Amino acid sequence: MNVSGWILALGQTALLILLAPLLSGWIKWVKCKFQNRRGPIPWQPYRDLAKLFRKEVVVAQQASPLFRATPYLVFSVTVLASSIVPAFAVGLPTAVIADVIVMVGFFALARFFLCLAGMDLGTAFGGMGASREVTISSLTEPAMLLAIFTLAMTFTSTNLDAMVLYTLTQPFQIYPSFIFAGMSLLLVGVAECGRIPIDNPATHLELTMIHEAMILEYSGRHLALLEWASMLKMLIFGVLICNLFLPWGTALHLEPTAIAIGLLTLGIKLMGLGFVLAASESVLAKMRLFRTPELLSLAFIIALLGMLGHVILEVH
Amino acid sequence: MYLQLAHFGVLLALLAAAVSLPIRSISAGARMAFTLLGLSGLVTAVSGCMGMLTGCSLNLILPIGLPWLNSHQHLDPLAGFFLIIVGGVTAIVSLFGPSYIIGSVSDSAAARTLAFFTGLFVAGMYLVILAADAFSFMVAWELMSVASYFLVAHEHHKKENVAAAFIYLLMAQAGGLFILLGYGVLAGFGTGFTFADMQAATLPEHWQHIAFALAFIGFGMKAGIVPLHVWLPQAHPVAPSHISALMSGVMLKVAVYGFIRFCYGLLGTFYWQWGVIILLVGCASALLGILYALMQQDLKRLLAYSSVENIGIIYMGLGLSVLFASNGNPVLAALGLVAALYHCVNHALFKSLLFLGAGALINQSGQHDLNRMGGLMRLMPITAICFLVGCISISALPPFNGFVSEWLTFQTALQGTVLDSGVTKSIIAVAAASLALTGALAAACFVKVFGIAFLGQARHQDTLQAHEVSFGMRASQILLASGCLLLGIFPSAAINSMQTIPTDLLGIGLSQVEAGGWLWLTPISARASSYGAPLVLFGISIAWAGAYLLLHPRRRKTPVRYSPRWDCGFGSLSTRNQYTATSFSQPIRRIFRPVWPIDERIDPPTPAAEGGRYSVHVGDWAWEKLYLPLGRMVQRSAKMVTKIQGGNIRTYLAYSFFTLIIMLWIVI
Repeated sequence: MNVSGWILALGQTALLILLAPLLSGWIKWVKCKFQNRRGPIPWQPYRDLAKLFRKEVVVAQQASPLFRATPYLVFSVTVLASSIVPAFAVGLPTAVIADVIVMVGFFALARFFLCLAGMDLGTAFGGMGASREVTISSLTEPAMLLAIFTLAMTFTSTNLDAMVLYTLTQPFQIYPSFIFAGMSLLLVGVAECGRIPIDNPATHLELTMIHEAMILEYSGRHLALLEWASMLKMLIFGVLICNLFLPWGTALHLEPTAIAIGLLTLGIKLMGLGFVLAASESVLAKMRLFRTPELLSLAFIIALLGMLGHVILEVH
Repeated sequence: MYLQLAHFGVLLALLAAAVSLPIRSISAGARMAFTLLGLSGLVTAVSGCMGMLTGCSLNLILPIGLPWLNSHQHLDPLAGFFLIIVGGVTAIVSLFGPSYIIGSVSDSAAARTLAFFTGLFVAGMYLVILAADAFSFMVAWELMSVASYFLVAHEHHKKENVAAAFIYLLMAQAGGLFILLGYGVLAGFGTGFTFADMQAATLPEHWQHIAFALAFIGFGMKAGIVPLHVWLPQAHPVAPSHISALMSGVMLKVAVYGFIRFCYGLLGTFYWQWGVIILLVGCASALLGILYALMQQDLKRLLAYSSVENIGIIYMGLGLSVLFASNGNPVLAALGLVAALYHCVNHALFKSLLFLGAGALINQSGQHDLNRMGGLMRLMPITAICFLVGCISISALPPFNGFVSEWLTFQTALQGTVLDSGVTKSIIAVAAASLALTGALAAACFVKVFGIAFLGQARHQDTLQAHEVSFGMRASQILLASGCLLLGIFPSAAINSMQTIPTDLLGIGLSQVEAGGWLWLTPISARASSYGAPLVLFGISIAWAGAYLLLHPRRRKTPVRYSPRWDCGFGSLSTRNQYTATSFSQPIRRIFRPVWPIDERIDPPTPAAEGGRYSVHVGDWAWEKLYLPLGRMVQRSAKMVTKIQGGNIRTYLAYSFFTLIIMLWIVI
């Protein structure tokens, strides 16, 4: 039993959970700077969460037990997903619990319950959000799987740990298929985290919202858990994109200096990614709902092209 | 010994059929018949279990049939595996049957016919699996088909039921004919009709292709691959629910068994073209099946289309397996086969569960139409939770069983790079893409089913009358739901015990499955991929408990307050404000528009319907482009043939005379 490994794994999970709001705050702050606004301080999301946790929970009389269980389920599934991502070190014992396909499955499970919770009360907005969410995810999820499969075929493994380790230990090479997979994964990440141009996290405009429509009826600590889970999901996507394509800096051995370097590089990578996201959100406008499938099928096709490119060109 | 046990199971099923005939009382008859049927299921499942675990093949020659053509029976790992599926599901469905019959059938004669043919149908399925020669196989196959025809035609006073049953019978007979011809090809080159003789037969290559094509079409008709699936959405909605559970959960698997037996057992050689055909047809079935399921409003029709999808996934696994086998990668071929077989047992569990749940719903609410249900979770909590488990499993979400088999199929597909040909590699990549799309669409489909039927508010008065179903009906659903969970959490143990099947058929098993310990499922190697299903469940529970305990002081301080719904403050809501099954799938209908023939119309306002009326009807291209033209062609040619029927006795005599002359000329 690898005790220090398990402690590190728990530490990584706790760290990701705790840092998730900071990434959201950072993106918001950068975005505000881009738009010449003063903007809230980067740690504002912590204050929001604390406020929500203190507030009273109001639940509709018509709610079924599923409605009250969903926030806990979504949160715990996302936490489990965060524990299997190699964030600052490879070789953590939690990494072998699940491979990347299972992680996509975790997100799908969380979404499944979120959609059901949206439909639970029989409100028009809840159904609307659920319907839109499953439509969008039915395009993003396969695109994400395909992008990841392209990498997995190169690395001959679907374990995230082994994938990161492969890039770190093999001589540096840029594969053409990775460029396709990377583009697709970026588009998917934007859609999955409900960012512009697919969804706008900042508004509650009735006719355009997707994620917000599903959680409209939640309040207090339930809402806090759901908000936290979605921030955590964004962080996981960020870590995933950073570490699959640019894993350098990630600790190969579980020793203090390597881990410190790993943490530092991870922080820099995430800040960079947040910067790019904020910049893109500042120059792009939200898409009309029925234009989004075009963008998402583009992600799907790009991923498929990457995969075909890999199996035809890069394998002997 | 175990083979005799299986035959004892067959006898019990036949006894269940016979005993129901003389009993006039519906409840006594149903209880008696289903008790015997349940026992037969248990006995057969036990014998199948033994047959699979011991891994050796038992043979027996029954003194039935022509003197020179006795009935050969066998029990090998493959047959044992499918006996477990058939027996196990039959045993569980037998718990559901009695109360369902008592609650929905009021005519004693109808109840007796139903029980009689159910017994025959189940016995037929056992015998198909046990058969070891073509004659016994075909007799059992026809017994299964014809008995299930009577079950589909159960409520024969309704016109659409008769039509559905007729289509079913027609396709079952056509399929049977193809299978018969397939066996004929093998028997023609071999020395006899037993499977052992057929296996020993050496066929020229083109005859192998012909035999494969015949078997593929014949078994495919029963299994319901696209475009041979059209009987499924017709027959399932009209059959009683426990029969739909048996037909969709089990009978389709018997067809898959037949196909595996024919390809792996009897033909024994593999060509890459076969793999490509199976794989592509599987992809088409999976994608089209789920896309059509998404558009349905009738709950049971939706489930029927989803069976097409799942059969597609099974065929994808088989196609990959054949591709790898033809390329000389027996380990990967074994992996594909195991993925397909695991999906067989999973689909048998969750589809039976969903059909039983649908039966409970329809029984209680009196509605087939999703758009008239709603809010049933509060009225039927146990059924709702079991149904939810079924929905999660069929949507391939961890940690339930459907996920494991899709994961295994993905893992097999990801090994596609070892193949030699670039074309097959690309086809596998496209197959992986369509499997990913299928999984996501399945989740969308079953969010719709559960969300519309069980959540929200009741959309129709009748739904409010529903209440929880009887003990037997609940127990069967709970058993199936726990089966889904168990197979999802302990996949490595289950797959390890299935090793004997690929060892028997392909000569090699999956040695790495439990290489990292029983907690981890590692189909290829620990480095390539691992899935620790028990740890996933444990991790979710730990995280859940953590979040719950952390918030506990807060919960004590500010308890939950109940209030009316908010809905952005838009004021009073009626149940008509809710999303319906039709509106829920509208965005997907718009994205994949050319997939369905859609008849969408908006009628202008009338005094009866003030806001106008919107209606949408989603058809099936297979009907419009394949079967209807085919039907018209048959009718046209039949009309042409009528020209020679002059109705004059002299003309007929002339026909007989000339026929005789021609025959004599040929003979002499």
